[in-house]
Amino acid sequence: MKRKHSFWPTPSGRQKVAALVGVAVLGLGLGFGVAHLAAGYIAYWGVVSGPFLLTLRVASAAMLIAGVTGVAGGYLLAKGRFPGRGLLETVGSLPIILPPTVMGYYLLEVLSPGTRVGGLLTRVVGHTLIYNSAGCVIAAGVAAFPFCMRAARAAIEGVDPALELAARTMGMPEWRVALVVTLPLARRGIGAGLTIGSARALGEYGATLIVGGDIDGRTRTLSLAILDSFTTPERDTMILILVLMGAMAMTGVGLLARSPR
Amino acid sequence: MTAALEVAVTRHIGTFTLDVSFRVDSGTSVLFGPSGTGKSLTLALIAGLIRPDTGTISISGRVVTDCARRIDVTPQDRRIGMVFQDGLLLPHRSVIDNVALAVRQVKGRRARRTVARSWLERVGAAGLADRRPATLSGGQRQRVALARGLAGDPSLVLLDEPLSALDLEVRREMRAAIREVITSSGVPAVLVTHDAEEAEELGDVIIAYDDGRVTGTRPVARTESPERRDDDSHRTESA
Repeated sequence: MKRKHSFWPTPSGRQKVAALVGVAVLGLGLGFGVAHLAAGYIAYWGVVSGPFLLTLRVASAAMLIAGVTGVAGGYLLAKGRFPGRGLLETVGSLPIILPPTVMGYYLLEVLSPGTRVGGLLTRVVGHTLIYNSAGCVIAAGVAAFPFCMRAARAAIEGVDPALELAARTMGMPEWRVALVVTLPLARRGIGAGLTIGSARALGEYGATLIVGGDIDGRTRTLSLAILDSFTTPERDTMILILVLMGAMAMTGVGLLARSPR
Repeated sequence: MTAALEVAVTRHIGTFTLDVSFRVDSGTSVLFGPSGTGKSLTLALIAGLIRPDTGTISISGRVVTDCARRIDVTPQDRRIGMVFQDGLLLPHRSVIDNVALAVRQVKGRRARRTVARSWLERVGAAGLADRRPATLSGGQRQRVALARGLAGDPSLVLLDEPLSALDLEVRREMRAAIREVITSSGVPAVLVTHDAEEAEELGDVIIAYDDGRVTGTRPVARTESPERRDDDSHRTESA
């Protein structure tokens, strides 16, 4: 950039030193203040750590499932003409449209051992899929899936098809074209979808409440713990939860902004 | 002797009709004619990237397309190499990877890289192995694309306007390089161009195209030096 005349006069050396000292004093003061506050809230870690760790476990498992199936679904939608394509597109996007509580109700219908499908599922899996962390994982995964699928589809459709043709003339079978050319070139868009999906999985509330049941120590995730902290004497735990969520959100946004070309 | 390539196909796209039939032996054959006459479309049909409406294509005696018998070998299994106008190098892979990914006659990453490195040397691009395609000049990019087109031990190499995107200076230099590399490789080549000078210098046979048809085929006399550049003598006559 070209040098511009500043509105402010150029500071002298002494002024610069004074400014630095001012900033340092301000920074130290702010640091002490934050540390003092933090010391108070660290006491609540004992209450919050359970939901926090559960949330991390649930969201990671949910994203493992939703990420793989979502990218696969997006790839199929972008590339394929197959029976059931419209169904995948519509049903796969429902969790964005439907209120999470409605989604939770549908999931309860499908997963609950009392229903026909749920009974069969429960027998196949060997244990119930509701009111435990499996239920939370399913709820969070279903919530995150459409974001992964739709972002992957758009990103894959954005890859220059001529490069895929070139790869075919190089002798690569279709699965290698997908792994070596299409997915790497779509990685930025896929990454964005996975990040938003993760945020959705971390914050999932409605369906998790219905399918998980908000059981303290078993299915109470951070989002559920927030409402809970309103109704108990330890209201201040909420602030620690908010800080943790803020930190997770900023980490996510930061990773997204830094992701390579 | 088995022809390196035999083509007899038709393909309609909108109001345009391609209806061509020709046969190519060893050496470089040039599909020459104005833009929009179906030359690149012919290459795409030979490569299997587009299907013809009717007709047959065989490469080294092997039928790869036969509409009547419903034969349509995939591009992957045609054993062709292809060099595109703008290179179409994979932008997220290094130069050596781009070439190594096309090597199919040997197995294993190390062996493929060895083959790729020798091809980069042959096209004069050995020093570019670790570069990304985006950092290459136009001429360098097409050298790498040529190496990639030949690295897979193809029975036929197809070059689609390989020099059109280059500056005049670079184009002259690259013509010599392409001619030398293809001749020494012994791989039959089909090259598409609308540049008469290029057709004369690179081709052993010129197949003239106009409006979706072959209007003539003639061998190129190689008595004079290829350095000659008086344009009048380079007009293609219909046979």
